[in-house]
Amino acid sequence: MQCDVCQSKEATVFLTQIVEGKMQKVNLCEACSKEKGVNDPTGFALADLLMGLGAAQEIEHSAGSIKCPVCGFTQADFKKTGRLGCSACYAVFADGLSSMLKNMHKGTTHTGKAPAAFQERRAQGEKLRDLQDNLHQAVVAEEYERAADLRDQIRRMEATA
Amino acid sequence: MKFSRIIASSGEWLSGDGPHRNIVVSSRVRLARNLHEKPFPGWAKKAERLEVMRLVKDAVENLPEMADSYSENLEALSPLEKQVLVERHLISREHAAKGVGSAVVMNAPQTLSVMINEEDHLRMQAICCGLQLGMVFGMINRVDSELEELLKYAFDPNLGYLTACPTNVGTGMRASAMLHLPGLVMSDQINKIVNSVNKIGLAVRGLHGEGTEAMGNLFQVSNQTTLGETEEEIIGRLNRVIEQILEHEQNARALLAQRKSVTLHDQIGRAYGVLSHAYSMSSKEALNLLSVIKLGVDLGVFPELCRFPVDELFIETQPAHLQKGAGTQKMSADERDSLRATIIRAKLNQVREPDIAQLKAKTPEAAEEKHDG
Repeated sequence: MQCDVCQSKEATVFLTQIVEGKMQKVNLCEACSKEKGVNDPTGFALADLLMGLGAAQEIEHSAGSIKCPVCGFTQADFKKTGRLGCSACYAVFADGLSSMLKNMHKGTTHTGKAPAAFQERRAQGEKLRDLQDNLHQAVVAEEYERAADLRDQIRRMEATA
Repeated sequence: MKFSRIIASSGEWLSGDGPHRNIVVSSRVRLARNLHEKPFPGWAKKAERLEVMRLVKDAVENLPEMADSYSENLEALSPLEKQVLVERHLISREHAAKGVGSAVVMNAPQTLSVMINEEDHLRMQAICCGLQLGMVFGMINRVDSELEELLKYAFDPNLGYLTACPTNVGTGMRASAMLHLPGLVMSDQINKIVNSVNKIGLAVRGLHGEGTEAMGNLFQVSNQTTLGETEEEIIGRLNRVIEQILEHEQNARALLAQRKSVTLHDQIGRAYGVLSHAYSMSSKEALNLLSVIKLGVDLGVFPELCRFPVDELFIETQPAHLQKGAGTQKMSADERDSLRATIIRAKLNQVREPDIAQLKAKTPEAAEEKHDG
């Protein structure tokens, strides 16, 4: 992915900002991110600049003002309480949370119980992947009859999902 | 069901039976769950909390497990009644501080309880006697699966169940066992054990959980992490550690009986003497002495028949239980200490003097057997 500023180097810094429920993303290379000072709070001015939203007052309180579009919770509230505002906050504050969770827990991905609806989806996803693998093998082996059958199965699954 | 009926009988986790019952007082598993995109209780406005409470309470009350249940809004409970539930481990201290917009539902045997709008929308727990974490998890897991059909949970395929505090995200599960470890305390090994348990990602806490002092040689061991392992893996890890602690405790007891038998006899005799003759006793002193009597029952110095009455005293002599038993007049701390001593004297008068010969007769083989291992 290319840097959004210099358009030449590979982007390694990915900035995400959510304002009024809209997500904005900026991708920068290391040199440009340093130059624009992404690490300091005013770095957010860059995102506004790029997205053509550069209102000065917006920038001013943008430092800690990522706000959850569902419940209105901010990063400052999290610093104060150590608790989040609602389940949607996990996606809104994902960047900050991920390193925190890594330090806090044994892993970063849930492997335990899931509600039945999710379990089905998990199982269906796996089955679909299996079918696609088989289809690929069948095509390579030129077993077109089997491939056609597999293709129909996949279509049926995708139609119901 | 009335609050008075809950109070009248002690919970099944106290009176029941279970594996390793003499060292593992109780096993408990709690699950934290929240509703999809509803603000967590700490951030929700009053109207939002009330709405969630109505939704959740309705679902919980109609569960088959809750057919005979006690269900109450927290503002309808007096501070004293809340404290009684805390002393029975049916609600948390944090939950007792809540009022309008929070509720609690529990079944008659007091093995299942659901806190509504504690830190999370739902905090449900199962508690049983002895070491049986797997069984206890099964109990609460069933309740959770039933509720999941009635309520839309906040769940993320990668992060699992989403909770107000990131420390609970994933399984949302806290499994814990209450251990009675007088042997390790008396032989000064407890700090070593606590430190090594902490090092492997498990937490050791006092009687009432986070931030509480260890009294009566009671320690709560629980998992600290909730993300990255399945529920079964967490419980398996916890079980293995608890079994090790059990073995250390048994060894410590055997060694005490073998090498420091006079100290042990002395402690049991003194505890019995003080408890059966004191006229004023603080809750902390009572717990610490009762712990020694409990050890005496384990060692056969007191008849097995005394086990339940002694265990019951652990709960009955807690401040709120005393006050509740005394009626409407608010007691001072001095009055409570006096009443506590009276209740204990009455009960211990039915327990005959410690039979030290039992201890001597029992320990040599036990000590030798454990000594090599």
